[in-house]
Parts: sequence; structure tokens; C-alpha cells
Amino acid sequence: MIVKTEDLVFAYQTDDEKTVTALNGVSLEIEKGSFTAVLGRNGSGKSTLAKNINALLLPSSGVVYVNGYDTKNEEFLWEIRKSAGMVFQNPDNQLVSATVEDDVAFGPENIGVPQEEIRERVTEALQLVGMQEYEKSTLSFLSGGQKQRIAIAGVVAMRPDCIVMDEPTAMLDPQGRKAVMRIARRLNDEGITVILITHFMEEAACAGRVIVMDDGKILLDGTPAEVFEHTDEIKHAGLALPPVVDLIGRLRKRGVEVPATIISGEDFLKWVSA
Amino acid sequence: MGISVEHLTHIYNPGLPYCKTALDDVSFEIKDGEFVGIIGHTGSGKSTLLQHLNGLLKPSSGRIVVGDCDITDPKTVMRDIRRRIGLVFQYPEYQLFEETVAKDVAYGPLNLGRSEAEAEAAARRAIALVGLDYDTIAERSPFDLSGGQKRRVAIAGVAAMEPEVLILDEPTAGLDPRTHDEMLEVIRKLHCEKGNITILVSHNMDDIAKYCDKVLVMERGKLIMQGTPSEIFSERETLEAIGLALPPINDLIVRLRESGAEIAGDIFDIEEAEEAIYEYLKGKKRV
Repeated sequence: MIVKTEDLVFAYQTDDEKTVTALNGVSLEIEKGSFTAVLGRNGSGKSTLAKNINALLLPSSGVVYVNGYDTKNEEFLWEIRKSAGMVFQNPDNQLVSATVEDDVAFGPENIGVPQEEIRERVTEALQLVGMQEYEKSTLSFLSGGQKQRIAIAGVVAMRPDCIVMDEPTAMLDPQGRKAVMRIARRLNDEGITVILITHFMEEAACAGRVIVMDDGKILLDGTPAEVFEHTDEIKHAGLALPPVVDLIGRLRKRGVEVPATIISGEDFLKWVSA
Repeated sequence: MGISVEHLTHIYNPGLPYCKTALDDVSFEIKDGEFVGIIGHTGSGKSTLLQHLNGLLKPSSGRIVVGDCDITDPKTVMRDIRRRIGLVFQYPEYQLFEETVAKDVAYGPLNLGRSEAEAEAAARRAIALVGLDYDTIAERSPFDLSGGQKRRVAIAGVAAMEPEVLILDEPTAGLDPRTHDEMLEVIRKLHCEKGNITILVSHNMDDIAKYCDKVLVMERGKLIMQGTPSEIFSERETLEAIGLALPPINDLIVRLRESGAEIAGDIFDIEEAEEAIYEYLKGKKRV
């Protein structure tokens, strides 16, 4: 178990002194090496959950364990941050150096990795995100999608057990989005636990497990195929099914016996042509 | 009032090592009342084109005529351009700055020289048009609103200037699906209400197919195609070669047809697709 939350509540006060309960009793366990997508509309609590996993926010009540460490225990803060790396929506908020290699080296330098090993880690991380030929480039000349890949490399270079990505594709164009999703899958193939926060159902389809949040609570939790069956709850939660999944669902309702395992256009095409 | 873009070329940093032709001999016409989509991947020249339409950049050569006004003429006053053309940038809520929503939305019309009373009336109309209630929201700080509300207020700020052309650069970026749909309905309503020209830049091909009368396709600074959504999306190979895709439903239908299914017609809409596939499978005795 890499992440475990028990009855996690996170509440805060607004300027006009109203209390907002962003997370209202969330209990979940995330297996080591898994790929989990957390979905929810703006304000559903999904980003607050991500920040609780990285100890950027601490629970109002309940407990969060990362690699067995209670996030409330300050002594373990560095262990927790080393275990669970975080990628944010806007790479510009996360990149600190002028050049690609300096930026990727920043994290490992900070945790005292020896110089020789830093070089190794930088090369390896850049290879993993497919940006090795940009090692000497200046960050300001990169596109948004390329910057996001560098931000991911910076986290990868810390060699965390788990990477939490908080809407990493929201500001990217379709090509940048695809590249980041390919990288997320690749990280997972390398054994890293991936937690992807998103409101794109299409991206959730490639995860092993999908959690839908609404109103600070877990509304649905299961494999993509299981979750996608709950059309009404998904719409009620302000989300939309991928168009092709929606279409397949409509056909099922009319008596077309499309197997439940078919949740992509590719699979549907094969099934129709069979 | 229409727009005529004639041989527009823009070169960044001419003569320097980083010299780049961002727009290369772009020409097109937009008729009064049209809803136009612009597509193209990052770096294709879309943003540079928008900044010319708004007068923020001047072309290296070529011109843009809006109605009877040449907005690329150096003698044209900026205020005359702003009066005609409103540009909603990406993430426009980052540009909110006033203490209250009412002041933020009235800022544009005041800047154009309208009186306090006129500006307030324009703000009222604009806030109603974006689907918010003026009386409950007017005195609130724009920074205390939700993401979707902030974006509506930011769009209202441009709409309050009552431009003849409204340009929106990725107006739904970062929004969740429900807010996305609501925002496009706001834009459609603004368009229908005013009967003016709306230009939408988007990566979402579904939205382009659903809302636009005409689509412009940009690639490497050139306008490589223009036509109705049906015409543009019938060119799948060209689009894929430049990193664009068909709208998901249309793509599925086209691929079904390629794999031998007899399904006729241009289908973009999910209900039509459901009907067509259902009928096809029924014909095959698979229902």
C-alpha cells in the first residue's frame, strides 16, 4: 500500500468566514505500482486530495499515510515528499532554472544526491519523457507540452515511488496531451505508482482504476469499464463520458449486445467488423 | 459588416537569427453574422493571426479591413479597433483586477469613453448575457467566484464593449465538461443575440463541428484549408498529417465505413450516429 487515507476531512475558512468542506470523509487505499485516475468537476475536491497525498495540505481530521508515514508527523515530511512527487497543471509554476538540465537536476541536488549520480538520473529522466535532445536547451524556448515533460522529468529524477499528477494536461494542446499520457503509462510500466487527477474521461480510460469524486466524497470507484456503466451518476457529477463510450452505452440500451469490456473506439470497431 | 484579410504576412525578428515567418500570405473573408472556427496545432500561427485581428500586432505586409476600416493602417486609432473587435484571451480570468464584478465589467466601456450610466447599463446587459444575475453578483469581488463564474465575468467584460466582432481564444481551456458546455452555450447566445461575427479558436473538434458555419485551418503560418465543417472534416488525411483529428463520433463513423460497414452520410451528432449504427447492425441481424 503506497497511499492510505482514513476518513480524511479537509475544511478551510473563506475570507467571509464560511467553512468549506473540500473533502468530507474520504477513505481509500492505493496499491503500489497501480495507475489510478481521480476524476471530478471543478470544486469536487480532487486537487485537495492530491495535495493531501503530498503533505502540501494536512487533514483537518482523519489520517493520510504515504509509504506508511503519517503526513501529520513533520519528522517524515522529506520522506513523504521523496515518496510522492507532484506534477502541477501549469509547468511554469514548477520550473525553476533557465536550462533543461539544471531544472531536472534541481530536485536530486536538493536531497543531496552525489554529482555523478545526478548526471545519470538527469539523463535517464530525460530519456523517459523523450526529451534527451533538449538537455542543453533554454526552458523559455520550449512549448507548453515540452515544458510539462521537463516538469515530469524533474519529478522522475527524484526517483519517487509514486507520482501524483494534478491535471497535467489541462493547459496543453491535443498533441501535448497525448505525449503526457504516453509518459504517464510509461512511468507506470517502470513500476511507479501513478495517480492522475483529471476531468477528461478519455484519460481515465487508460488507468487500471477510476475514482470519481463529487462534493468532497468518493462517488464511484472501480475499473474504467465498471465506472463508465454509471452514465447517470457521471452526468450528475458534472462529467461527460468519452463520446464513443457514450455512443456504445446508447446502443446497449437499445438491445445491441456489445460486451462490457469494450470501452474504446478501437475495440468497438473490431467487434462490429468481427 | 464583414472582415477581409488580404495577403497577411508577419515575420518575427526580421533579419535576426531567430527570424520566423509566423503568418505567410494569409487571405480570407468573413461575412456578417458568421460563426467561424480556427483550428491548427500549437505554433501554427493562430495566436499571431488573432493578435493582428485585434490590432495588437501590425503585419509585415498585407492588410485587414473590418467593415470600412483598415485596422492595419498605422493611422487608425486603437480605440476604433477595440470598439469593433473584442478579444477574449486564453484564461481570461487572470485579467480580472477590479474590486467588484460591476466595476470590472464596466471598465472596458468606460475606457471607450462611455458615460458612467452607459457603462453600467452595458455591464448589466453583458452580465445577463453570460447567464449571471447582475444584482446578486455586481458587488462581489471577482476573486471570490468559482472558476466558471470568473470566466463568465471575464467574457462579459469584453462583451460589454459591444464589439462587432467577438474573438475567443480557447475559451473552455481548463474547464470541466459541464462548465465547458455551459460556456459554449453562453457564446452561442452572445452570437445569436448580437448577430455579429464570432471567431472561435479551439482544439475541440466536436465544438468546431457543432457551432461553426466556417472553419479555417492553419499550418506553419499558412491558411491551408477553409470551408464548412463537413468539407473540412472530409479531409481526414490532410488533417491527420498536420496533427489534427476528426471529431470523435465522426471519426468512428468514417472508420466503420472504411472497414466495410454501409453507413451513409456526414454524421457528427451522437443521436444520428446511434441511429445509423443501430440500423446497420439490425440489417446484419446483430440486434
